[in-house]
Amino acid sequence: MKITVFTALILTLASPTLACETVTSGEMTIENAWSRATIGANRPAVFYVAITNAGSSGDALIGIATPAASMPMLHQTVVTEDIASMPHAMSIPIAAGQSVQLAPGGYHGMLMGLTEALKVGDNFPMTLTFQNAGDITINVEVLSIRAEGPDCESDGQ
Amino acid sequence: MRLTYLQKILWAAAALASLAFGAWQFAGARAPSGVDEAPFRPTFALPDAEGQMRTPADFAGKYLLVFFGFTNCPDVCPTTLAEVAQIMDDLGAQSVEVQPLFISIDPERDRALGLAEFTAAFHPSIIGLAGEGAQTRAAANSFHIFFEREDDVTAPDGYSMSHSPALYLIGPDGDWLRQFTYGTPAAEILDDLQSRL
Repeated sequence: MKITVFTALILTLASPTLACETVTSGEMTIENAWSRATIGANRPAVFYVAITNAGSSGDALIGIATPAASMPMLHQTVVTEDIASMPHAMSIPIAAGQSVQLAPGGYHGMLMGLTEALKVGDNFPMTLTFQNAGDITINVEVLSIRAEGPDCESDGQ
Repeated sequence: MRLTYLQKILWAAAALASLAFGAWQFAGARAPSGVDEAPFRPTFALPDAEGQMRTPADFAGKYLLVFFGFTNCPDVCPTTLAEVAQIMDDLGAQSVEVQPLFISIDPERDRALGLAEFTAAFHPSIIGLAGEGAQTRAAANSFHIFFEREDDVTAPDGYSMSHSPALYLIGPDGDWLRQFTYGTPAAEILDDLQSRL
């Protein structure tokens, strides 16, 4: 019991920094990649991240892939007329000089076919495929199912 | 001035239209429009995760914080339930006066996946309710909310649910009090509840 509490404490203390990894490739910067713990592996998990395109031409996120899930897809929560629906997003435009958040209540990755349940403190790699910038991989930190975002220094959230 | 037959018809039509508009405005003002409307009492009769039938009478004297959702929902539902959990923690001792309810709009699948473990993962105080299709539709109608199954090949089992994502506040006597639209900060909901408790 003591060990469990201790481990939980360590994970709690460690998670904010781990979730704040920043990966830059060319003009594209990816940071604050996080997910929520799941109950078992039968429900879809979520993937959130902040993407900044410092370049002078637009790009688009066209796909995501991870060993943690067999069917990861991009979705967008759309709330119109007080109804929330979640259409599939074929691609997410990242305009020149702009940042786009995959964040609660908007764009997000839906990770179906989880290999195993996601537990707080886990991490898994996620490869983001951009139309122009190609593939960029970042580590995703699994936060509590109650998390509303990572506690990072940067303004990514 | 002498009106032609056509002009008379047009004036009559205009008069009728204004009457209809007035009646519509009058009715519209009384119908629930989302915020601070005339009191009405939403109701439901739905089994909880243990199969025990629950109705508003079971929670008389408490404020109900009601959310309609589904457990396979990766974004909106966890975000809202995480807020509810935070509110319950922040209420401290006063939390005994508030009962959060999660009403499943995808009851068959949610029962199969496990309703109790889902609500418990957010907060032990949240009670999940999942009935049959007709019971669910009746509860949603009574809250004046919308939900619909949408075929989606990119979703688990080939479908997703679209739904009203707000939180609904019901008073201790069962009267509808207000809704908190999706994305209302937890602190704002907490303030509202604390002002009533």
